Amino acid sequence: MADLIYDSAAVHAAVGRMAEAIQDHGNDVALIGIERGGARVADAVQQRLEAAGCAVARGNLDISFYRDDLDTIGANPEVRPSHMPFDVSGRTVWLVDDVLYTGRTIRAALGEIFDYGRPDCVRLAVLLDRGGREVPVAADVAGLMHAADPGCSVKLVTDGAGEDEWHIEQRRVRP
Amino acid sequence: MTTLLIKGGRVIDPANGLDEVADVLIAEGRVAAIGSGKGKTEAEIDASGMIVCPGLIDMHVHLREPGQEWKEDIESGSRAAVAGGVTSMCCMPNTQPRLDHAGVLRQVIERARQVGLCDVHPIGAVSRNLDGKELTEMRELVRAGAVAFSDDGRPIWHSGVMRKALEYASTFGFLVIQHAEDLQLTGGGCINEGRISTQLGVNGMPDVGEDDMISRDIMLAKLADANYHVAHISTRGAVDLVRRAQAEGLKVTAEAAPHHFALTEEEVLGYNADAKMSPPLRTEEDRLAVIEGLRDGTISVIASDHAPHHEDDKRCGLSCAAFGIVGLESMLPVSLDLERGGVLGMPELIATMTSNPASLLKLDAGTLSEGAVADVCIFNPDEKWTLDRNALFSKSRNTPWHGREMTGRVLHTIKGGRHVFGKGEILV
Amino acid sequence: MSQPLQHLFGIGQLSRDQIETLIGMGESFVELSRRPIKKAPTLRGKTVINLFFENSTRTRTSFEIAGKRLSADVINISASTSATSKGESLLDTGETLAAMQPHVLVIRHSLAGTCEFLADFLPHTSIINAGDGAHEHPTQVLTDLLTLKTQAGGYAGKTVTIVGDIAHSRVARSHLLAAQKLGYKVRLVAPKTLLPSHIEQYGCEVMYDFDAALPGSDVLYMLRVQTERLTDNCSFPSIREYHEAYGLNRNRLAMAGEDCVVMHPGPMNRGVEIASDVADSARSRILDQVEHGVAIRMAVLTALCGASAEVDKPSPKQARAAAAMQAQGKLL
Repeated sequence: MADLIYDSAAVHAAVGRMAEAIQDHGNDVALIGIERGGARVADAVQQRLEAAGCAVARGNLDISFYRDDLDTIGANPEVRPSHMPFDVSGRTVWLVDDVLYTGRTIRAALGEIFDYGRPDCVRLAVLLDRGGREVPVAADVAGLMHAADPGCSVKLVTDGAGEDEWHIEQRRVRP
Repeated sequence: MTTLLIKGGRVIDPANGLDEVADVLIAEGRVAAIGSGKGKTEAEIDASGMIVCPGLIDMHVHLREPGQEWKEDIESGSRAAVAGGVTSMCCMPNTQPRLDHAGVLRQVIERARQVGLCDVHPIGAVSRNLDGKELTEMRELVRAGAVAFSDDGRPIWHSGVMRKALEYASTFGFLVIQHAEDLQLTGGGCINEGRISTQLGVNGMPDVGEDDMISRDIMLAKLADANYHVAHISTRGAVDLVRRAQAEGLKVTAEAAPHHFALTEEEVLGYNADAKMSPPLRTEEDRLAVIEGLRDGTISVIASDHAPHHEDDKRCGLSCAAFGIVGLESMLPVSLDLERGGVLGMPELIATMTSNPASLLKLDAGTLSEGAVADVCIFNPDEKWTLDRNALFSKSRNTPWHGREMTGRVLHTIKGGRHVFGKGEILV
Repeated sequence: MSQPLQHLFGIGQLSRDQIETLIGMGESFVELSRRPIKKAPTLRGKTVINLFFENSTRTRTSFEIAGKRLSADVINISASTSATSKGESLLDTGETLAAMQPHVLVIRHSLAGTCEFLADFLPHTSIINAGDGAHEHPTQVLTDLLTLKTQAGGYAGKTVTIVGDIAHSRVARSHLLAAQKLGYKVRLVAPKTLLPSHIEQYGCEVMYDFDAALPGSDVLYMLRVQTERLTDNCSFPSIREYHEAYGLNRNRLAMAGEDCVVMHPGPMNRGVEIASDVADSARSRILDQVEHGVAIRMAVLTALCGASAEVDKPSPKQARAAAAMQAQGKLL
């Protein structure tokens, strides 16, 4: 049983706020989406930035091989190739993810980005921050906040056709 | 080119199921028509009372060229052939050098073409130098004119090599012919092991030495799904093995030499080296079994195994004499005994020396079809004559039939429309 | 992966799902291998031992690079085969290695079944078959499939024509198994002397005539010819005749159709099974295979290390004994 936390209108508005906040830092933007949810959010943010006249360089990261929990969960059957068509060295890059929780995903992504080059600065933009950090990572931009119980999973659902059907739901996975 | 009419003979062409008195018209070197000849031709042969059939195909001949030309060469062998009504022959690879390289094959074919009396189709060696260890480049040899493969006068002895030879040859549709002799049993023998070898006090070659190799070969041919042909089959056991293999649907065929259905080991009494060959003359039971094999079609080909040897190689005592007898000129007359004895009808007999070897070896010969190259044999089945070893066209004299009365004689041989043999003489 | 892997003995044990997952992972590792820093921390702290009883610089180097790019500690051991063929040394080797507790053992051996044999002595180690006798070579076939997927429009429904010494080819056997699981066709071309018994049991086509096999071939997969084995065993009279009958040259490539690609597991005997101008032509995917070989091996190493620390997993021997007891139970 899943509970709806934020409906598509709220998500839509949050993405808009993220784009405005990123644009405050400059009109020449480098976005890196974390597969897979973060990549979808990055798609939406990119759309708004470009509509507002920004130049957007775009890449995606799959962090499957940089995770710290491979031993227990095994290899990801849906791993995708990372795609980094621009040089990260000397730039400010924005990592984009859907839900920020323990921070381990971001830690893995940082490791992977530094294998591509040496950015001047790495910032983090997330759609939803649910607290519960296990490593010292913080979002520079967060569209939404929601304190969730550790026994719950919080997910951005993008199954529908367009952004109009995106929503964030929470479901209990452990007592 | 001349036009030639062969008039009034009994024309027998087994490939076309023809057996009737008719005229054969030859023009431009080919069979133009068979029927009632009208009109003038440049030459005419009166064949009334004779049989007119396709030029014979002898698929087992040792021509001794290159390397042993004092025994025979391609020219003398061709002369002996046409004197025997043979217009196509297959020569075995145990020459010096062997027929194991394309150049040697081409040399033999070209020489025969120059001589212009008889077509020669080489049988390529299965193993290099006939050593039985490494396969020859069979595809290359076929491109050079090889029509089949054998290591004759030696057996392909090693089972592993024979298996691979059968597999390799049959991959490309080539035929393997085996001289079946288990050297571990026959080594040191000189005639059939039996009553006569004991009487004469000489070492014998037991029939098992032929049978066990054929038995093994048939099993390997089955495993490899290969075509396999037994050369000069001579024992009752071997005939039976081939018969059973054929009943099982295996692609096994066999040829017999005239001496194996006409003579027995008794011929060697008196230490007669002109009756020594390999495989040797066997017992009467074996002889009758070979005849039965011809009668029921188990053995589909008659081939002479013409093996000329110089006097020096025969006049040295039985135990030391070389193996082999000449046979091109005696093949047809001796074989006619099968027709006289009711074993085979005349068309079936002629088939064993024409259409059967032609289809086995995929030769474009052995038929009088309209448009076929005009190779023709005209013989009188009833004419009696005495075979004189000194009158043979072959360079060699080693025949067991010297002084015997033969019934049936080749009178004319036409090769490619040219009258090459007539009235006892080579005409070109 | 729906069913985690402990060992990779061959294609025979893999499900279609597992094969496709490994190929998919391979695509990611191709990308990783093209970055300036070709490194991921995936196998940091893991020990991978390459135990090669047969000479093979290529495959061993490919496994070595794969392990190192994943930050594993890679050790190469080359053992001679002569003592091993009596079975003695293999036993010793197994027990010695057990003491070293490697996470992954990559084994290449001239005798089939070596991996299954050593697995009984190393219950905590994942074993990858890098080629055992004429039995299987799973990482080569996975490599080929990755190449077909990314450089030749896929493999489903394609006709892969494999030419050469099929009788002694582990690559051919692995492909025959993969074809059945993934839905592509294998056409074998060889003379009878180089075909193993009952090869039709795999549902493949068998042809003796290479020229006749060319039309309709989507892939021409040329196997390496071992020259001494060919002539010493009377399997073929000479290299010259082999090249004439079964060698891939420009003319034959033209007869195979415009979209047909050329592949080879390597190393090539130029001028024997494949002409140089064909090997170097635009239709050749041979160099792609080499690049993809590293990527696939990275995928396999990652997949095996994912859930390898399951201490309670039974060894193959224990599993066989358990199955036998269960069967007995059923009989009673």
